[in-house]
Order: sequence, then structure tokens, then C-alpha cells
Amino acid sequence: MAALDTTQMREGVDRETVETVRSMAGSYKHGWETEIEMEFAPKGLNEDIVRLISEKNGEPEWLLEWRLDAYRRWLTMESPDWAMLDIPMIDYQEQYYYAKPKSMVDKPKSLDEVDPKLLETYAKLGIPLKEQAILAGVEGAGEERKVAVDAVFDSVSVGTTFKKELEAAGVIFCSISEAVQDHPELVKKYLGSVVPQNDNYFAALNSAVFSDGSFVYIPAGVKCPMELSTYFRINAENTGQFERTLIVAEKGSHVSYLEGCTAPKRDTNQLHAAVVEIVVLEDAEVKYSTVQNWFPGDEDGKGGIYNFVTKRADCREARAKVMWTQVETGSAITWKYPSCILRGDDSQGEFYSIAIANNWQQADTGTKMVHLGKNTRSRIVSKGISAGHAQNTYRGLVSMHPKARDSRNYTQCDSLLIGDKCGAHTVPYIEVRNASSRVEHEATTSKVDDDQLFYCRSRGMDEEEAVALVVNGFCKEVLQELPMEFAMEAQALVAISLEGSVG
Amino acid sequence: MMPRAKLMQQKRDAAAELLSARPLPEGGVWARAARKAAVERLQAMGLPSKRDEYWRYTDPRRLTAADVENADQVDTSDEVPIFEAFDRVKLVFVDGVFDAQASDAPELAGVEICTLAEAARADLHWARDAFGVLEARGQDPVPRPLASLNTAYATEGLLIRVTGKAEKPISLIYRRSAANADAMTHHVIRLEPGAELTLLEDGPVAARYNQVTEIDLAETAVLNHVRAQGRDHARAGATHLFARLGAQAQFKSFTLSANGALTRNEGVIWLDGAEGSAHIAGATVGDGAFHHDDTVFINHAAPRCESRQVFKKVLRHGAVGVFQGKILVDQVAQLTDGYQISQSLLLDEDAQFLAKPELEIYADDVKCSHGSTSGEIDQNQLFYLRARGVSESDAKMLLVLAFLAEALEEIADPDLAEDLRSRLEAWLKRRA
Repeated sequence: MAALDTTQMREGVDRETVETVRSMAGSYKHGWETEIEMEFAPKGLNEDIVRLISEKNGEPEWLLEWRLDAYRRWLTMESPDWAMLDIPMIDYQEQYYYAKPKSMVDKPKSLDEVDPKLLETYAKLGIPLKEQAILAGVEGAGEERKVAVDAVFDSVSVGTTFKKELEAAGVIFCSISEAVQDHPELVKKYLGSVVPQNDNYFAALNSAVFSDGSFVYIPAGVKCPMELSTYFRINAENTGQFERTLIVAEKGSHVSYLEGCTAPKRDTNQLHAAVVEIVVLEDAEVKYSTVQNWFPGDEDGKGGIYNFVTKRADCREARAKVMWTQVETGSAITWKYPSCILRGDDSQGEFYSIAIANNWQQADTGTKMVHLGKNTRSRIVSKGISAGHAQNTYRGLVSMHPKARDSRNYTQCDSLLIGDKCGAHTVPYIEVRNASSRVEHEATTSKVDDDQLFYCRSRGMDEEEAVALVVNGFCKEVLQELPMEFAMEAQALVAISLEGSVG
Repeated sequence: MMPRAKLMQQKRDAAAELLSARPLPEGGVWARAARKAAVERLQAMGLPSKRDEYWRYTDPRRLTAADVENADQVDTSDEVPIFEAFDRVKLVFVDGVFDAQASDAPELAGVEICTLAEAARADLHWARDAFGVLEARGQDPVPRPLASLNTAYATEGLLIRVTGKAEKPISLIYRRSAANADAMTHHVIRLEPGAELTLLEDGPVAARYNQVTEIDLAETAVLNHVRAQGRDHARAGATHLFARLGAQAQFKSFTLSANGALTRNEGVIWLDGAEGSAHIAGATVGDGAFHHDDTVFINHAAPRCESRQVFKKVLRHGAVGVFQGKILVDQVAQLTDGYQISQSLLLDEDAQFLAKPELEIYADDVKCSHGSTSGEIDQNQLFYLRARGVSESDAKMLLVLAFLAEALEEIADPDLAEDLRSRLEAWLKRRA
């Protein structure tokens, strides 16, 4: 455990604690692999691969052209270098861009026909693909809650639960490949309307090669009868995952969407470049929660997912509301800025984030709040925790355009450092172009409070538990914004992610 | 978007063009070496570009253009010159050129003063260890090409070495004469262990100016720096303060800015010795075609140091205020106390405030915070004063002054602070 060997021992930590921590370190719980026969597209990236992916998904001509356009733009673009990330050279020709379990070649008509191995995979992850009332692990949750799940395995969606019940409410929840077939007019209207093909390097790559993802459409006035969830699993080696999610909330509708992701432990790095687009119309409300737990690499920094994600919500009409909540604990490198375009008057954007970087992880994450409409509101609460040799950066933009009169932003960024080999950074951009808007930004950086630790230790907690408790307290403002199932998972994750960081 | 390599090439080409049009000034061994090294730095980094992240909010073209725009002068004969009431050694520059006739004799116990022009002729000078040296260090982590340009070409400036406690302030007065003068001044201030000095600067300098001040504070030295950037509307200027602090050294720098079409004030501070303290502050009043940029970088490179950045801006009629501040805490700089606040009061809908307050922290046992706010005058505060019979204009004036006061409090000498406060009040009244 390199992090512990080189990190200076703090006073008051006995050898035993360090040993216990050492034995627990690297306990990423989802690092196993499913052995399953896969069908791969040839390695590498070129126009033929783009055509192949489009063909495999049986896409119409316009979408193929759209992809090719994105690919050609991508070729002219450069990988962004402004984040505080040390990104090794990525050989885009050494990746597979399409991997599909063989059993999925003939698309199963219902969940009962899905390969049991795939179902087992999700069961093991705690996401059973059956229509059960609640997610596993939440007992005594009080009222019965339903969660519909779309499960994406490498490049394809293996199944979506509760489809019928959702259909009855008018809600469309399916994989984006199905949506292209069944609801082409909606996809054509909204795809790329929030994140254009050439938005950035990774979005262009995604636009060219995205294979699957989720599509959500909530009709006007409908409150989605249950939480919707997508679970992303990368399984195959040397395979990138490029999912695309599109959520459209019509006037007065309401939806809460959850996203989770894991990947096996491997020595090599894997690429994940996703795009999430959310369109929120008049009086609609979308809540998007993520627990990102991609394999972070081992304690020496070997392996792990490179997570380059573009997420953006467009509050297109008056009083639209969007809320991003993210718990970022995984990935070797995270480059992710879920954003809100507050175009409609009185629209609202919120961003709550916990980013934990341990061992050799690097995270550069934050949000953009672009205020265009009058009387728009935004709130940012970001909690960054760095441990081991990790670097953790909050990067955010708050922009008040001249016409965004009487708007309001409040930003709070707190960073916590555990150990003297890590870094915590804050890079906010604040652009105020009218006087009637109020913008407030606060940021603090500190270490885990000695008094709080002492208090916990003197009540019999070991150092590891005490740190986990203090950190959970530090994150509380964000954790309480998560839907309950996620909040519990996230709380446990916070503790696991910090294993091996004390010493 | 332009590829990065192409942008870099454009910047280097622009630097090469500028360098080829201007031969380096003559000088003795040390000055020639320093200038040559600066040219090499400039060739490598190129001229600044609006596309640079570092120039995101301020367009540097006017500062590097071949031609200098004419800048009208404000007639200040109706006001008492700034710092008038203080006994000080006055050293006068006209359009950036030292004017010995107009200056006091450069004599003060415990202080050596000589001009750069004179020192550069010699082959050896104490300033060799600082001139261009701190500027070169300041090129990391971001290039500051205007400062290298200055080191290469500046022939005017003062080299001040302080060995004791100076009994009165040294006051640099910058007057203008020509409508389109392009001034480049480079000062080096060195304080030996335990030395103390108050350095005052005021005046509009020139139609365009590029100033570099390199400050080297040995352990326990104390430097108080108060600067007033005068009232001329159309001038454009870039200033760089590079300051290195030894153990327990103290540096306080305050800048009052009013008007000027374009001002970029950069401060680069290194806390190299334990328990050093640096306070950088600024109060800015901007009106109309006014663009003011404060860019500050504070590097905590030793334990138990303290730093404060306090920047306040009052803006109206399309004035633009920029603040880019960064606190970098090295891994060794445990027990750092870093504080940064940047606030703007926007008096009407046209004003803009653009800020990028950054923290970059590699030590765990630190206390660092920053805050940034922007908004209009608080209606509740205004109502409170109006309800007590204060007229609307007086109430606003009171609130604006109260807002700026936190920055003025960073001036060590209360008499100097009061001098600037009353000046500010007079300026605001004239505009109201």
C-alpha cells in the first residue's frame, strides 16, 4: 500500500490502525468481471466503425450522417488541456468502440429472455432486473417505492423494467437505440439540441460512436409514477463506453432519474465518454442523481476508468427546474461539469456534488450555471475530499448575462484534505454582466478537524471510522439531496472510498 | 477553435516582430545579460493573446500594439496633489523618464537610491541579483510576457536599497506631458534584514505604460506600499509587482484606481520564509469606458505564513472590473492562513464584474478561504439611511465608501488611509 508507506504517520495513530486500514485497502467491491461471450466491432476508430455502429443499431440515414459529421469535426479538434488533470496520451485506435454480449444479438423481447448471466451480473451489483418494489439493500424503507431500471452493459441496453406501467402513464423510458426506432421524431427533435456535436472533444467523440444509453420522455403534466434509473456497467476489456442519455420533460412534468456505474478491476485504463442532455420545458422539474463508482485504479494508480462526461440541462421555458446531484467516488480521472442553461424566466438550477479522490485519482469536476432568463436562480454546493496522492479540483462557472436581471446565485465550495500528499483546488469563474443580479461565492479548504476526530476517538471509534463519520458530516448537505436509496449507498461509498487514506 | 500549436506560433511571431523592430538598449555587463535573458523568455512565450486563458477577461492588444493611442489629460489643478501633507522624498518621472530637476535630492539615511539608467552603465551592481530575476521566476506557472518585455527594454526606473529604518517615505510621482508617450519603467527595491520603508506612488504615468517593480524583502524587513493610479480617462497601463518575502518579512501593498481606459495590475508574491505576511489590496472606482483588471498570485512556499487579498470595486456606466486571484499553497507550507475576498458593487445595469478566484492547495493543515460577491446597493441599507433623513445621494455615497473601506483598512498608516479616503470621497462627489 504505497499511499500508506509514504504518507507520514500522524501523531496519535497507532500501528494497528494503519495495519487494519492496510488490510482493507483497495476494497473496490465491484471489480469482478462477468465471463460472457461478446461480439466486438474491429478495434480502432474510423468512418467505417461509425457506419458499423449505426448499422448495428439499425439507424436511419439522418442519424448516420449526424454521426459522421460529428466524427469529422472530432478529427479537427484537440483534447482539452485546461483541467488540472495529468491525462496520459490516449490511443483512440487501441480501443473497441462496440461490444455486445452475443446473447443480445437477437434482441430479447422481454426480461425473461435476457441471458441469465447478465441478470446475475446486475443482481450481484445490487440491481436486480426484475420488477421489484425497491432496490436491494433498503429495508424498512417505509412506503413502497418503485424504481424502473434501464441496464446498459458495455455498448448495449440489456433491458428496461416496469415499461408497461410507465407506458400507462404516458412515460417513455427505453434505451436510446429503441427510441431511435420507436420515437424517431422525438429523438431527431432533441438529440444534440442541448449538447451539439462539436460542443467539445469528448462530446464530439460520443456523438460519433455512442452505442446506447437511456431515453426518457415525460409528457405534459405527468408526474413520473416512479423513479427512473440507468445502471451502466463496463465489462469487456479495452472497450470504451459511450452512452448517450436524452431526457425530455414536457410542460409541467416531473421526473427523478438515477444513474449508477461500475466496472471491473483491470491494469489498463478504459475510456468512458458520455453525453447527457436534458430538455426541461415550462414548469417541468427534473432531478438527476449520479453515483459514479467506476473502478478508480488500484492503490498504486494502476488501471481505472477515464471518465470524460458532458452533462447539460437546458431549462428552455419559464419556471423550469433542474437539479443535479452527484457523488463522484470512482474513476482514475474524472472530467465532468453537469451544467444548467437557465434560459426560461424564473427557471432554477441546482448542483450538489461530493467528489472524493483517494490514492492516485484525479478529479476535475464542477458545474456551469448560465443565467440567460430574468429572475433565474441557481445554487451550487460542492464538497471535495482529497486523500492519498489524489488531486481534486472544483471548476465552475456562474454567468449572469445582461438580460438575466434580478437573478441570483449562491455557491459554496468546501474542500477537505486528508494527508499531506494530496491536493485540493478551486477554480471558479464568476461573470456578472448586470447589476440587479446577486452572486455570492464562498470557498474554504481545511483538514479534518482534530477536535471532531478526538471527540469520536474518545468515544471508542477507531481512526478510520472517525474520519468516515466526520467526512459524512462534511458531505451531509449534499447527501440529503439524494433520493433515499442512493443516499444510503453514497454514505457507504464515502467510507469505502476513503479506506486506506488515514495514516 | 484555433489549434494550440498555431496560437503559440502566432504569439511567437508577434513577439519576434516586436523584437526585430527594437534594438536592445546599450548597457554594462549585468544589464546586457539580464536583457538578453528577458528577450529569450519573450521569444519562447510570445506576446499575450486574447485567446490565452490568462487574458480571458482583458484584451491585451492595446498594451502591445505598435502605436500608442492619444490619451487626453484630466486637469487636476483644482485638487490638492495626493500625499501632499506628508513629509517624503519626492522623485519625479515625466512620461516615464526620471526628472532629476523636479525631484528632491535622492538622499535618505539608510537608503541608497540610484537610477536604472546610471546603474545599467556599470558592469556590476547589487541590483543584478534581483533585476529580471524575480520577473523570470514569475513566469511560472503562467507566462507574463509584458514583464519580460519590460526587463528587456526599460531604461528608466529606480534601484532602491534599504539597510535601516527609513525615516520618511519615498514617493514616486508620475507626471504626464506628451499625449501619446509610451513609458516603460522598472524599479528594484531591496530591503536588507530588519529594514523598513514606506513607498508611495501616484500619478497617471503616461498615455501607455508598462511598469515592473521587483521587491526583495530579506527576513524581518517591512515594506508598506501605497499606490494611487490617477484620474486620466484614456490611458492604458500594465503593472507587475514581483515580491519575494524572507522569514517574518511583511509586505503590504494597496492600490487605489480611478479611471483609465485599461489597467492591468498584476501582483506576484512568494512567501519564501516562515511566518511572512503579505497583504495585497485594492479599491477601484470605475466609470464609463473603464476596464480594470487585478490579477494576483500568492505562493505560500514556507510554513506559518499569512496572506490577505482584499479587492473592492465600484462600477457603473459600462465599466468592467476583473479580478483573478490565486493562492497556491506548497506541500511544505503547513499552517498557512490564506484569505481572499473580491467584491463588486454595480451601480447600474451596464457595469460588469468578472472574477476567477482560485485556490490551489497541496498542504493539509491549512486554513484557506475565499469569497466573491457582486450585486447592487443593498436596498435595505439605503432605506435605513433614508428613513433617518439622509438624502438619497448622500446615503449612496456613504454606502459606497463603507463598501470600499475594507480595502482601505489594509493600509498600515491611518493618516495615509484617511488621505486616500477623502480623495475618493471628493472624486465620487464630483461625479455624483
